[in-house]
Amino acid sequence: MRPTATRLLNILVPVKRCVDYAVKIRVNPQQTGIDTNVKHSMNPFDEIAVEEAVRLRERLKEEIKSIKVVTIGPPKSAETLRTALAMGADSGVHIEIPDSAPAPEPLGIARALRALLQREKEAGREVDLVILGKQAIDDDLGQTGQMLAALMGVGQATCASKVDIDVKGKTVSVRTEIDGGAEELKCRLPAVITTDLRLNEPRYASLPNIMKAKKKPIEKLTPADLGVDLTPILETLKVAEPPKRVGGGKVDNVDQLVAKLKEAGFTASA
Amino acid sequence: MLRSRSLFLAQRALTRTYATAASPHALVFLEHHEGQIAPASLVALTAAQELGGEVTGLVIGSSDQVGGILDQVQKLKGLRSVLHSSSEQYAHPIPETVSPLLEKLLESGSPYTHVVSAHSSAAKGLFPRLAAKLSLPTVSDVTSLSHDPSSNSTTFTRPIYAGNAIATIRAPASVPIKLFTVRSTAFSPAPADSAVSAELKALDPVAVTDSPTEHVRIDLTKSDRPELGAATRVVSGGRALKNAETFKKTLDPLADVLGAAVGASRAAVDAGYADNSLQVGQTGKVVAPQLYIALGISGAIQHLAGMKDSKLIVAVNKDPDAPIFQVADVGLVGDLFEVVPELVEKLKK
Repeated sequence: MRPTATRLLNILVPVKRCVDYAVKIRVNPQQTGIDTNVKHSMNPFDEIAVEEAVRLRERLKEEIKSIKVVTIGPPKSAETLRTALAMGADSGVHIEIPDSAPAPEPLGIARALRALLQREKEAGREVDLVILGKQAIDDDLGQTGQMLAALMGVGQATCASKVDIDVKGKTVSVRTEIDGGAEELKCRLPAVITTDLRLNEPRYASLPNIMKAKKKPIEKLTPADLGVDLTPILETLKVAEPPKRVGGGKVDNVDQLVAKLKEAGFTASA
Repeated sequence: MLRSRSLFLAQRALTRTYATAASPHALVFLEHHEGQIAPASLVALTAAQELGGEVTGLVIGSSDQVGGILDQVQKLKGLRSVLHSSSEQYAHPIPETVSPLLEKLLESGSPYTHVVSAHSSAAKGLFPRLAAKLSLPTVSDVTSLSHDPSSNSTTFTRPIYAGNAIATIRAPASVPIKLFTVRSTAFSPAPADSAVSAELKALDPVAVTDSPTEHVRIDLTKSDRPELGAATRVVSGGRALKNAETFKKTLDPLADVLGAAVGASRAAVDAGYADNSLQVGQTGKVVAPQLYIALGISGAIQHLAGMKDSKLIVAVNKDPDAPIFQVADVGLVGDLFEVVPELVEKLKK
């Protein structure tokens, strides 16, 4: 495609299927991981990423040409893609790994995403903006977006709480949450953004949209198709329960509470 | 091409292990704010010392910032030497402009085996970017670590699933430089020692002329209270505080009388009662103060992840079945709008 000043934007949103945030997880008896035979759903930060992509299109109308979602995971991750499609994404890519495969690391995922972006570019669908969650709520690593930006050699804005695209200027202004306040960044497109909780409130997919999502295309690929190896570099030796904390019981009134505080050495500071 | 690079790194690791008899050498990224070393960076320094080898500090900033802080950094116990680099582009450092300096510092032949930082917002942006540039993994938010020189492997523990499980992870010898960020509540801060004086070494900044990202501005929340992440006492409020006004009116007197920092649950932050820099939890700040008072906070998993390592947890909640009571050392079932003022009065006595 011939690039023009008003070339329309393509957005890619990587999503991850995680144990649902409300589930109280249990470590398995072998201490190799957690019991995953529980409810799963889309990583909450990724929902926010999908929502933001859809909202950008609602705001910028046809200046956003496509919203593609991608997931890397076992066969069941396809459900997560369908959820994203029902929220308003146009098409999906499922990079499927076997159920038995160890969880890929952020570096492997970032390499796979870069390979996918390269493929999209070759197909004339160059991606201008990648929006990811700031962290997955299972491994809590918070690395993939930054690693992807590094591999692509583009700018990054992490923990975004506000996103404004200037389509003509080919830049994106992002307000990001940092320790002690906020920072405003301006990234040249293409860029990578990761979402903070405050970016937006994700919508529920309506039943008609869920039905429509079933007809939207999902392309299936394997890591080998993309020429990437997702074998972890780090070794997980053990997964254990954290030390249990036991509640110390209740007191009946404020006097007893103050007495307990004083007993522990907490008095009014001078 | 990727594969050949990691192979190359692996080979380099082997040669280095052989040549230097596996003595670790950590590079600690030291952050500073308004002329003070960030408390969380002092914690990272302690963690770096636990590797059992030499520790070098790295300070970057504008020339004013760096000039003002080197005296303090030099006196930190455990630092043999301090590298410093000044440039206007480091005044408000962004990963795009800082990463090239570290890439250069860590390129083949460098003595460093570990790169360490606090798990701060700056490092969360920088470390993964740097790691990917070097084709290395990085380990986030570690709570303990040990290095085995004979196998040149480092073992870390870190919380996963919002702190509901603890993973033990080993970075093997095939990872020539181990990058990791440290949870600020997991180690004690490194002390200053006026008797020591680390050697200072200026480092030329690496100019980034065409950064894809530009820092526009920064808005910091001003507060006279202790910094939430480092406070020894924290008073925290939840959704039950009703609105921003009652949040402030109720919590401030108690925080004042105790000399405590103010925190908030995600519900309170989302509802706009408190600034989001005050959020305690999995996706906010992780705190482990001596005293944590949870007011009108039910105790969702995500909140507990941010405070359950506190020494003494006090909870006040109307709902006797709130999960917060399962972790609280002292619980009081009652209306916080009555309890808190009474508590303030009685503490003053």
